[in-house]
Amino acid sequence: MSKPTDRATLTHIQRLEAEAIHIMREVVAEAERPVMLYSVGKDSAVMLHLARKAFFPSPPPFPLLHVDTTWKFQAMYEMRQRMATESGMELLIHQNPEAAEKGINPFDHGPLHTDMWKTEGLKQALDKWGFDAAFGGARRDEEKSRAKERIFSFRTASHGWDPKNQRPELWNLYNARKNKGESIRVFPISNWTELDIWQYIHLNDVPIVPLYFAEERPTYEWEGQLFMADDIPRLEKVLGYRPEIKMKSVRFRTLGCFPLTGAVESTAKTLPQVIQETLLTTTSERQGRVIDKDAGGAGMEVKKQQGYF
Amino acid sequence: MTDVTTTTTDPVYVTEALIAEDIEAYLEQHQHKTMLRFITCGSVDDGKSTLIGRLLYDSKMIFEDQLAALETDSKKVGTQGQEIDFALLVDGLAAEREQGITIDVAYRFFNTEKRKFIVADCPGHEQYTRNMVTGASTADLAVILIDARKGVLVQTRRHSYLCHLIGIRNIVLAVNKMDLVGYDQATFDAIVKDYAAFARSIGIESFTAMPISGFKGDNITTRSAQTPWYQGPTLIEHLESVEVITSRDADKPFRLPVQWVNRPNLDFRGFSGLIASGTVKPGEAVRVLPSGKTSTVTRVVTLDGDLDEGVAGQSVTLCFADEIDCSRGDVIAIADQPPQSADQFETTLVWLNDEPLHVGRAYWLKLGAQTVSATVQQPKYAVNVNTMEHVAVKTLELNAIGVAQIIADKAIVFEPYADNRTLGGFVLIDKITNATVAAGMIQFALRRAQNVHWQPTDVTRADHARLKNQSPKVLWFTGLSGAGKSTIANEVEKRLNVMNRHTFLLDGDNVRHGLNKDLGFTEADRIENIRRVGEVAKLMADAGLIVLTAFISPFRAEREMVRAMLPEGEFVEVFVDTPLEVAEARDVKGLYKKARSGDLKNFTGIDSPYEPPLNPEIRVNTAEMTAEQAAEHIIRQLMPWK
Repeated sequence: MSKPTDRATLTHIQRLEAEAIHIMREVVAEAERPVMLYSVGKDSAVMLHLARKAFFPSPPPFPLLHVDTTWKFQAMYEMRQRMATESGMELLIHQNPEAAEKGINPFDHGPLHTDMWKTEGLKQALDKWGFDAAFGGARRDEEKSRAKERIFSFRTASHGWDPKNQRPELWNLYNARKNKGESIRVFPISNWTELDIWQYIHLNDVPIVPLYFAEERPTYEWEGQLFMADDIPRLEKVLGYRPEIKMKSVRFRTLGCFPLTGAVESTAKTLPQVIQETLLTTTSERQGRVIDKDAGGAGMEVKKQQGYF
Repeated sequence: MTDVTTTTTDPVYVTEALIAEDIEAYLEQHQHKTMLRFITCGSVDDGKSTLIGRLLYDSKMIFEDQLAALETDSKKVGTQGQEIDFALLVDGLAAEREQGITIDVAYRFFNTEKRKFIVADCPGHEQYTRNMVTGASTADLAVILIDARKGVLVQTRRHSYLCHLIGIRNIVLAVNKMDLVGYDQATFDAIVKDYAAFARSIGIESFTAMPISGFKGDNITTRSAQTPWYQGPTLIEHLESVEVITSRDADKPFRLPVQWVNRPNLDFRGFSGLIASGTVKPGEAVRVLPSGKTSTVTRVVTLDGDLDEGVAGQSVTLCFADEIDCSRGDVIAIADQPPQSADQFETTLVWLNDEPLHVGRAYWLKLGAQTVSATVQQPKYAVNVNTMEHVAVKTLELNAIGVAQIIADKAIVFEPYADNRTLGGFVLIDKITNATVAAGMIQFALRRAQNVHWQPTDVTRADHARLKNQSPKVLWFTGLSGAGKSTIANEVEKRLNVMNRHTFLLDGDNVRHGLNKDLGFTEADRIENIRRVGEVAKLMADAGLIVLTAFISPFRAEREMVRAMLPEGEFVEVFVDTPLEVAEARDVKGLYKKARSGDLKNFTGIDSPYEPPLNPEIRVNTAEMTAEQAAEHIIRQLMPWK
């Protein structure tokens, strides 16, 4: 029934790659001051790799921006530096000074933590450097409201998203013209699924943070989920007590702030094993993150209208 | 698990065993999958969302936590009683879930052993035609759903027409809800016969019909025992085997629209873009359009190493043997079969914006990496999407589809849409709001432009100007009614006349008594008014005159259009910047009073907008200076005269 794959039939990974590269080149050609939001996770890793492909032999002609919450895993900070060096790109880091001053943390402040460090932090950073287009690694398969977001997604001067007023995107034509004060979030890997991301990392040897692989790590339980104790003294200070630490073989399906990112018990030490486990798993990807559940079924949609990536 | 009939024994989906036993083999298989993008058309009532939910469910794209949420939601807001409402998986935005309708395009993903699928789930109602066209523009195939109880409806015809219009060649007629008609073959056959007659009438050459039930899972992944009379493929079997666009494109002549010039250092100069059609190899002769310069490809560069061959659908960077000019917007093509260039086209337009088409207004036209200024002529006709009848129209409103001629301000490299989606499909962008207002498809270039040549005249515009011992100019006065445009322009002309300058004053009211007596004050007429005045001013400037024009000319777009007609520096925008309160207080002609009382419609500043210039060459404020002072100021600004 199926035809053998001939030279003219590109694989789905090849088509997705070509599409992402095309999008990045359009942005560079039409935006005044683009930037790539780099969260150090696996989606960011793939997006960065695609950018290096898009502009080779030039380095990608825009900086990397990390909106830091100060609560990321240590291994993520190490990877961040390594990738900036390898890609030859400028690395910009922004930490919301207001959140730092108020000592905002994921334990005491719940949703406010994400709001202050990430949502507000991102707006501040974009305003500070005057970026008019920011690449993000969001995918449409992640969450229901993402499934309807355009590849070029416009934000008002106050960084809000209006899902009812999106520009139509036909063929591969993107209208990058902005009104005064507007900025664009661009999602070049919109059409990738989690499996595609893993497959691409596998095929291209894209470097990723070791936390994605299982290893014996210090863990503690908090509100029924398993977390990694990445910085025990800081954890103790914020919690007011020393949580019970158990060594367990765990890994992470997504990476964010260590107190917000649930670990899963696992023995998958190689990439194929990780992919295998991912495919056989029965809970969806964002389950490990606390953020989506905040506002009931429409959590992410509400967050995005407020300016969250 | 649940009480829904699952199809876990289906051989198509027994991939879990392979994942568990030999992940490397599974990844190898997944790596070589091709991709099919398709669109589903139909209304909520046709079971479209249910069908997509079913595809996701059957292909294991729904995780346990999602399933748990789905079960809860189904009981709370579902429409299927105690059973799972698959539609809830698909209807994304909160507002949509509350209203129970799909209002935007949502993209869904699933895999089988052979392919990855991207489904564009589009709303079915007529007011969402634009969303459907958007979803269809990237699709290889369309699944048109019909409710077996209802047969071919108006919306079936509309969806089929739109899919055909956008160039989808693979059409699946999915006769859904067969369970509700007792899987009756006669019902199915009657619907297919009915549809075939319609399809032929609009030019659809072939389609694949199948009896299904999204709700029960019949003929989706497994052949249904309920339809022994049906011998064709299941929906999934069909989706897995149809040809995708990129394989067809690879057999066409080579074209690559240049997106970006890659110049990291003096030793490397590459041209980056996505190959729109054909293939390219080092050593091949290519031509750069529109310049027509030729060279030879030396390298097809990627980060993973140079390619022996680049094919349609790949993003690459090309290097040439010669240093020829090539930049963003140019098209690299195989040397002996280049595409054409033209500046006038017959096009099919789909209007996407709440603001209707303004005939004659200049919009940005983006095609591939080319962006030019273009105006749309009055449509020849619009198509009634329900009956396919041609209707005479003056403009195109939201969701309208029409045929109209487009005139660009310079030639663009193109191919008819039927031959090449990338070089034939375009969008129109409003120059002021930046909204994407229309999608268009080039049918053909107009011969008119090719056959009407410029007749060279021996006495040139430079000769005209030299004899008058002056450089031609167009002093374009713009401002609100009652701002003082005519008065000041008159003062300026008097002074120029004294200075032995050859001038002519075109006044708004006067022109409307003659040349433009057929025009009213609607937006379309205002645009045409300015276009004609612009053309006349240009002819007069060609004759060597200094032209003064006094028109409200409320829209930036039209003033910029006139500026673009003239050589650089000849258009001088004079903004008579009088605040509305001051102009209204003067009310020399009593027009503001009429407008305020509602006796006069479309009056600028009252119920019709005025868009002030952003960077006028000269600005005069009549609240602070007299007409004489303003005229002096303008003359001084224009000095020294040559």
